Amino acid sequence: MKNKHTISRRNFLVKSIAALSVIYVVPDIFSNASAVTKPPNIEVSSKTRWGMSIDVDKCVDGCTSCIDACADENGLYGFDRPETDSQWIRKLTLKDIKTEKITVLPMLCQHCENPPCCDVCPTGASFRRVDGIVMVNQHTCIGCRYCMLACPFKARSFVHENLTEQLTNSPRGKGCVESCNFCVNKIDNGSDSTACEEACMKEGHNAISFGDLNDPKSRVSIAISKKPNRRLRADLKLKQTVTYSGF
Amino acid sequence: MDKIIFTKFIINPKLFWFIFGLLGFLVLIGFASSHHMENEGHYVTGMTNQIVWGLPHIFAVLLIVISSGVLNIASLSSVFNKELYKPLAPLSSLLAIAFLIAGLAILVLDLGRPDRLIVAMTTYNFKSIFAWNIFLYTGFAVVLAGYIWTMLDHEVKKYSKPVGIFAFTWRIILTTGTGSIFGFLVAREAYATAILAPLFIVMSLLYGVVVYYLLLVIINKLHKTIIESEVIENLKKLTVMFLFANLYFLFLYHLTNMYISKHLEFEIFILLNGGVYTTAFWLGQVLIGIIFPLIFLLTNRMCSYFSLLISSLFILLGSFMSMFVIIIAGQAYPLTIFPDHTIVESSFYDNVIHSYAPSIYELGLGIGGIALALIIVLIGLANLKFLPKIIQSKNNNKNLKTSSVD
Repeated sequence: MKNKHTISRRNFLVKSIAALSVIYVVPDIFSNASAVTKPPNIEVSSKTRWGMSIDVDKCVDGCTSCIDACADENGLYGFDRPETDSQWIRKLTLKDIKTEKITVLPMLCQHCENPPCCDVCPTGASFRRVDGIVMVNQHTCIGCRYCMLACPFKARSFVHENLTEQLTNSPRGKGCVESCNFCVNKIDNGSDSTACEEACMKEGHNAISFGDLNDPKSRVSIAISKKPNRRLRADLKLKQTVTYSGF
Repeated sequence: MDKIIFTKFIINPKLFWFIFGLLGFLVLIGFASSHHMENEGHYVTGMTNQIVWGLPHIFAVLLIVISSGVLNIASLSSVFNKELYKPLAPLSSLLAIAFLIAGLAILVLDLGRPDRLIVAMTTYNFKSIFAWNIFLYTGFAVVLAGYIWTMLDHEVKKYSKPVGIFAFTWRIILTTGTGSIFGFLVAREAYATAILAPLFIVMSLLYGVVVYYLLLVIINKLHKTIIESEVIENLKKLTVMFLFANLYFLFLYHLTNMYISKHLEFEIFILLNGGVYTTAFWLGQVLIGIIFPLIFLLTNRMCSYFSLLISSLFILLGSFMSMFVIIIAGQAYPLTIFPDHTIVESSFYDNVIHSYAPSIYELGLGIGGIALALIIVLIGLANLKFLPKIIQSKNNNKNLKTSSVD
């Protein structure tokens, strides 16, 4: 008598291939569907132009979720020495000189199209990728700190002491300069979001919108189309890709 | 006609080794300080994420500016055909190369990653004035070495003038480059002006002359020779001229800043309410560095030798204060990120005047650098014939410059 539970070789192969397809192919399709970014094996392209819009009306006083998320993502722990500890993103409280309106906003590398830090860097360690990310090559930075003098936004930090237990996705080291790099490791692995944006969304504030400025459907493009944005120190004509709205 | 011969530095061997040992010890302290800074990280210094360049940069920039300036004497001889300075020219180039090496050593030893010097020497971003300066500084050392060769070796002496003109041009470009390190910083009110380049050039001319004079006085004391009064009078005239030029460019720099309305608040900070920085400007840079020396030199109450000596000491102190004002005060004034807002709160000191208290390690590195310059001079003088001795001709005693007393 034939056992009903036995399976033919043909059936076994067909079902195995189907199962493997579900395991390996479907996630790829979904991940590509959710991220408009490049797969990891493709070179950075100028077709993408990463940018960020910050709506200061939505930024909540006392909330530090973006700062905490940045620290977690990049392994930024301090030594309780605020003058020398690294800060890639910080919160500022401003008062309008005329109206006395109080504004709270996050300040980070503004990822200029004409970055003064890259202009002055003697070795070219500070560089701007074709997709607009301004970052420091940790292998060629000699620690001269000239870029820190040149940055109009005080966005850079120098690593003043020995570090241990750095994260593999965020290479850092004593004697080099560092700053926000739009979570480049996440981006290069297919994400279209930064840790600070994700944290801000998770808190429900949605003050930070990140994405591809060349894609009209990206969150950043939608945010910019909804509300007029402005660049800080526009007189310097640095064409930052981080812009602010609401003040 | 007088004949100039050059001799080695002749001093009491015990005194030589004492000076050598003392300078060597200070050089070691400099290296030890640097080693500690690199080993522990820069948190042991007074430099922070606010004041990113500190005391080592004051020493380094000053030494590089002086290096360019001390070459004045050789330039006057080779380029401008001033016979008076011909015997003094080789020493001038030795001082230039010594101060340059010392300034560069401090600059390199203060880097976050001095072990990556090879990267700095092989990977260039030619848009960076700093990268150009690496070429200008190392190139200057090579040009100076060639210049010294043409002055000391009779067989190639005929090339002394063209090499001298080349060195003169090079050093003007070099000091322009040094001034432009600050002048090209668009974001900071203290900098972002091309006038810093000529200001640095006149500062180099002034500091170069006084450092040359001070070292000449010391060398002559030890070598038991005297400086001729004609040389002193001429150096005095040069110092007065450069002091006026320095005052003029300093005035013009601040006037320019006052005229640019977005720089006005920085000017108020420096000139009126900047605390230690205002004091350093008025007392250090202006009074000690320029006005007092002018009074000493122009009132003729002292003999030229002493008035120039005291003025030189004051100018040297003033030069240090000038660098403090340019480098530290320029960074201490917070960045204007929001021109129409005041920053009420920041975890990164965006809203305060930054303070700077240098650590003993930075001081050690700076002093070590100066000692390195002086020990190079000492070794150079002891081993090569840099010091002039003039054999007077029977017919002509007028062109006597530096004569031996023994």
